[in-house]
Amino acid sequence: MYDSGLMATKKKSTKAFLSGNEAVAYGAYEAGLKVACAYPGTPSTEILECLAGFKDLDVQWSVNEKVAYEVALGAAVGGVRSLFACKHVGLNVAMDPLMTSAYTGISAGFVIVVCDDPGMHSSQNEQDTRWVSIYAKLPMLEPSSPREAKEHIKEAFKISERFDTPVIVRMTTRISHTKEDMLLARRETAKTAPLDINVEKYVMVPGYARKRHALVEKRINKLKKFAEKTRLNKVEINDKKLGFITSSITYNYIKEHYPDASYLKLGMSYPFCDDKIREFAKTVRKVVVMEELDPFIETHIATLGIKFKAKDESFMQGELTPDLIPAAVQGKVKKVKAAPKRPPRLCKGCPHFFSFATMKKLGLFVAGDIGCYTLATLPPASALHTCVCMGAGVTFNEGLRKAHPNKKIVGVVGDSTFVHSGVTGLINAAYNNAKGIIFILDNNITAMTGGQQNPATGLTIRNEKTKKLNLKKLCLACGADNVDVCDPTNRDEFNALVEKRINEDALSVIIAKHPCKLLR
Amino acid sequence: MNNKVCNITFGGIGGQGVLKASEIMGWAAVYAGYHVKKSEVHGMAQRGGSVESHVRFGRTIYSPLVAEGCTDYLVSFHRDEHDRLSVFLKPGGIDLIEHLDDANKAIESPRYLNTFLVGVLSAKLDIKKDCWMKAIKTVFRKEFVAANKKVFLDGWRLGQK
Ligand SMILES: Cc1ncc(C[n+]2csc(CCOP(=O)(O)OP(=O)(O)O)c2C)c(N)n1
Repeated sequence: MYDSGLMATKKKSTKAFLSGNEAVAYGAYEAGLKVACAYPGTPSTEILECLAGFKDLDVQWSVNEKVAYEVALGAAVGGVRSLFACKHVGLNVAMDPLMTSAYTGISAGFVIVVCDDPGMHSSQNEQDTRWVSIYAKLPMLEPSSPREAKEHIKEAFKISERFDTPVIVRMTTRISHTKEDMLLARRETAKTAPLDINVEKYVMVPGYARKRHALVEKRINKLKKFAEKTRLNKVEINDKKLGFITSSITYNYIKEHYPDASYLKLGMSYPFCDDKIREFAKTVRKVVVMEELDPFIETHIATLGIKFKAKDESFMQGELTPDLIPAAVQGKVKKVKAAPKRPPRLCKGCPHFFSFATMKKLGLFVAGDIGCYTLATLPPASALHTCVCMGAGVTFNEGLRKAHPNKKIVGVVGDSTFVHSGVTGLINAAYNNAKGIIFILDNNITAMTGGQQNPATGLTIRNEKTKKLNLKKLCLACGADNVDVCDPTNRDEFNALVEKRINEDALSVIIAKHPCKLLR
Repeated sequence: MNNKVCNITFGGIGGQGVLKASEIMGWAAVYAGYHVKKSEVHGMAQRGGSVESHVRFGRTIYSPLVAEGCTDYLVSFHRDEHDRLSVFLKPGGIDLIEHLDDANKAIESPRYLNTFLVGVLSAKLDIKKDCWMKAIKTVFRKEFVAANKKVFLDGWRLGQK
């Protein structure tokens, strides 16, 4: 548990050694933040954990990202500065409110922090969130280091209020999980805006939304002008033979290899500062665009008619690590090295292992999703057969059974994941008369992301007691025919129960209940 | 302070305290007045998988990652991981692997391996003792500080040899 408040309030400027995520938290705190909401997800989790250490803030683990986004947005519409944080795939879950919040705008600063995971250190895909800024027509900032993350967050709140818009701050794993020394500053005080009724701004029915859309287009043009002037977009003219246009952590990697080159570092990656880019391209003899993952900057600069070099498309996959920079800059094809890393696996004595041993023994086809239990795909458990996204363990059981009604198919979901997005799938299964067993692997914690509380544990982000969600009653209310609670480490009892349920023509939920080994 | 950048690579497997070790290193360099960047991995990798952490300090640090062939000091907590990480070592860099067996013998419990190895490393670095002591105080909970200081000094003594 963080005790962030201690460090911040002691002195006027205190030196700290913070991760990018902690820097986001401190920056937001210094900017007068009041409310923060998130659902955990590596590499973003520590932002909220750190914020929870500031006792004067209202901070919550929400049930999922859509809920988190809406509560935080609601707070900003209500008139206090607020923040929503998530991992890249978490933003997908929040896309519905995100798209329309671009229309409504806010009454007090609202910042969306999204952490991408190039290299997929802890994720199921490698999506590049920068495209969201174009799609949603929202400004996006990209810090290149933890120090900058703290500064950019503060700037993001200013931009949000000045332009009446949510602002996206995009981090990557390397920035989120790098620690750097930095100075802390005093917290700014912000007043709560009055709760005015303004239906034309906050009720997005077609008639009002059309007017708001016009404002969105105007706003992006104003932001373009801002992008030309802001110090977030930094020009460094050194040797004019070679000039890099870059952003994010990549800037720091290139600086190691080409310390004498010239740079245009885009700290504001959307909208683009076209004039500045043209000017820079005129100043240097050769322009090289270097960015991690997708050709986001490249695609735009190509529309400006500027001649430039960029990385080969083989570099679109994976992290653009320092070792790869020279080859990428020279336009070579990426050489893939198979690093024989030790794969992660279920901890010794993990209760999930017992559940999967039973499923394997009975030869079940197991639809799964994301949590520690995904590791049961690998040997020695070798008993999980699909994983696409959170909650899909429940819905894939239903879908797969449509193709193979007579096969022994089951679904598996964790306690946190069930609350996040499994419960809707269970209601759907009951409503549409689907059959099979849904296992809720209830280890009483959100383990995969390092051990966060959730509604089913009955504790808040600050480990305070709250209303505890009763999973059994919930599943019965959803319409499951049977709901059993059984400890999977009682092997015989658990085996017998599963064997009985798999042979019934029913929709059954088995709550496999045993606490995670990592819980103290 | 000179212009030189010091690169250190720590590696082991989840649960060995690799990140705590690089945390002590990072704070000691902060207390010594350097610009410091330290990279780590969280989440899935920590479930018994490979864990690696880089610390770089000097006057100005750009990349938080050490490039291959550039590490001045390689601190391995596990033989297998050492084999994987030795590509980071620069020619003439210092490999602390020869101290791993001694370290494992010297400590009372595996959870002290991290502090012990940092102690060994400290003997090779030009950072004053009080910076290390302050770092240990910052990184550990109160009740564990004294024991870790002792382990650190045991490591430092071994590193002197
Ligand atoms: C939309 C989305 N949000 C967050 C995550 C990150 N994440 C993956 S699994 C998981 C929760 C796992 O908790 P639980 O379901 O309780 O299973 P456990 O790890 O405890 O076995 C989280 C937060 C994700 N992959 N996708």
